[in-house]
Amino acid sequence: MSTLVCVKRVVDSSGQVVLTEDGQAVDGRYAGFTMSVHEECAVEIAVRTGDATVMTLGDTDAVEQLRAALAVGCTAATHVVADQQAFGPADVAREIAAVVRDQGHDLVLLGNDASDTGDFQVGIRLAYELGWPVVNGVTEVSVDDGVVTARGAGPGGVETYRLPLPAVVTVLEGGVEPRYPTVPGRMRAKKVAIDEREPTSQPQGPGRVRLLLRPPVPSSVQVLGKGAEAAPAVVDLFEQLGVISR
Amino acid sequence: MILVLVETDLAGTVAEVSREALTFGRSLAEAGGDVPLDAVVVGEPAPDVVEQLGAFGVRDVHALTGAAFDGYAGAAWAAGVLHVRAGTGAVVVMAAGTPRGNEVMAHTAARADVPMAANVLSFSGLAPFTVTRQVVGGSALEEMRLTQRPVVFTVAGHAVDARPAGQPGTANVVLERPEIAAADLVARVVSTEDPEPDLSGSLRSAKVVVGAGRGAGSADGFADLLELTELLGASLGVSRVVTSLGWRPHHEQVGQTGSRISPDLYVPCGISGAIQHWAGCSSAKTILAINTDAEAPMVTRATYAVIGDLHEVVPAINAEIKRRRAHGAGA
Ligand SMILES: Cc1cc2nc3c(=O)[nH]c(=O)nc-3n(C[C@H](O)[C@H](O)[C@H](O)COP(=O)(O)OP(=O)(O)OC[C@H]3O[C@@H](n4cnc5c(N)ncnc54)[C@H](O)[C@@H]3O)c2cc1C
Ligand SMILES: Nc1ncnc2c1ncn2[C@@H]1O[C@H](COP(=O)(O)O)[C@@H](O)[C@H]1O
Repeated sequence: MSTLVCVKRVVDSSGQVVLTEDGQAVDGRYAGFTMSVHEECAVEIAVRTGDATVMTLGDTDAVEQLRAALAVGCTAATHVVADQQAFGPADVAREIAAVVRDQGHDLVLLGNDASDTGDFQVGIRLAYELGWPVVNGVTEVSVDDGVVTARGAGPGGVETYRLPLPAVVTVLEGGVEPRYPTVPGRMRAKKVAIDEREPTSQPQGPGRVRLLLRPPVPSSVQVLGKGAEAAPAVVDLFEQLGVISR
Repeated sequence: MILVLVETDLAGTVAEVSREALTFGRSLAEAGGDVPLDAVVVGEPAPDVVEQLGAFGVRDVHALTGAAFDGYAGAAWAAGVLHVRAGTGAVVVMAAGTPRGNEVMAHTAARADVPMAANVLSFSGLAPFTVTRQVVGGSALEEMRLTQRPVVFTVAGHAVDARPAGQPGTANVVLERPEIAAADLVARVVSTEDPEPDLSGSLRSAKVVVGAGRGAGSADGFADLLELTELLGASLGVSRVVTSLGWRPHHEQVGQTGSRISPDLYVPCGISGAIQHWAGCSSAKTILAINTDAEAPMVTRATYAVIGDLHEVVPAINAEIKRRRAHGAGA
């Protein structure tokens, strides 16, 4: 059985977000780059299923995310070298499908949503490109004898899906703990030859007009104190607000 | 015509986020020259649901029925939505930005071969159809153009307030029995484990809410927070990180994909205040943030703050409350 896991190079948005001058992308020069947590979990699941290839569509620097996945146990990597900003979710899905067809995987894992564009759809579009079933937003995935069992939280409790391969599954964080790369893992990752390819067709684009930042909200916070010493002031406030009786 | 996929909650009422999506859909319908607003529901709707939909200005409620809709399958739901779209000629197909909503709309858009915009906050133009949506975890917005028909999108939770129509109408139920291909039922929920009891009602109506985020540290890090909750006669509300990591149940989640709270006092402890969390707590009258980081958005937006480790601050507050109580009782 062969698994493909799809990761995307995204700007680390845990700090302050800055846009590029043309307003078309988030500027990662200061914040650095990463992959989404959902994808880290997808990589972990992929590695556990056995033979896992990692792929990305992105510029030459996206090789960093491929190496990160190789370092934790993926055994091969494919890089569709392209300007990510010009590719909408349907374009990306088409390119991933081309990789799947050429390489013959039976399970494709993706994140539920990318942490930058948050389109919530590449996995589903990929499934339609391939004519495969897709399970979305699950946290646990196991494969046994050609059958995928996937579990995740639904509105009415934990839901289980069971379906035969081939299949597309999109993953949410929370079900598995992504492993850390070991030093030998990193060394091995450096030696893997990455299969580079070009996109198969012209992208239609994401329909983006521009990105905008929210205006900063002026702060009028009143700091009651630092640490445990603030407790009396806090309880005074509770009394003043009438949420606690004397 | 505008078609909204409506989700009902476990109690059989229209989910708040679906009422928000209907409100959004209605403003779109009005901007488009009072075009009709229809809803799609899965299963035969309870009379209550039909009445609520009428109050929100829905004309026809298309109910997807048949064995194909017994267990959830995203592809089958989307096939049902497109069946209704074919019958009604809807130009806009939309849903709330819930996991189900985003999933079914993505299927719908893929099948119709049109773009989809997830987590839309507002629309700014009809021709070309332009929306603003949340990206980068809510830190940025994207203006996006949707030029193909049908326009498909989801509305970010709590981006608009749910408002019934000025003149409530009576919605008409249309039973739909689309044929669903076997291929659309391969990825289908085969079993659902006991639902967690839904206790979110008491959180939504609580006068005081104690909040807990990643700063709690682990599933075992809640003892002091629960004691404070108890001492204040409050409810506990948590961030998505806390529910994703399985530290606390989902019904305690506050935010865009959780409950919206409007207490007199919210005490978020170890919560950074990401926009999706803020969406659920912005109507709190007073916010007292407890956080190690004086620059955290939750702190800068709060009314009051204590800068410090919640594992030191919260026990000290608890002790102070108990001390004053004992003192008061003795006096
Ligand atoms: C589509 C979408 C929907 C979402 N919906 C929701 C939602 O409904 N609700 C929601 O909450 N989030 C939601 N999120 C996630 C949201 O973006 C944030 O990731 C999440 O709210 C962060 O949770 P947090 O504040 O607990 O964790 P973090 O962002 O990691 O923040 C932890 C905070 O705790 C502080 N801290 C750490 N240790 C301590 C300590 N010992 N004492 C005191 N303070 C400490 C830190 O300074 C920091 O401010 C959604 C995201 C997306 C993309
Ligand atoms: N450029 C890309 N290269 C590889 N995988 C991608 C790319 N863009 C999106 N994906 C995958 O699709 C998932 C969902 O993305 P999205 O639909 O854009 O929110 C991501 O979590 C990734 O796993």
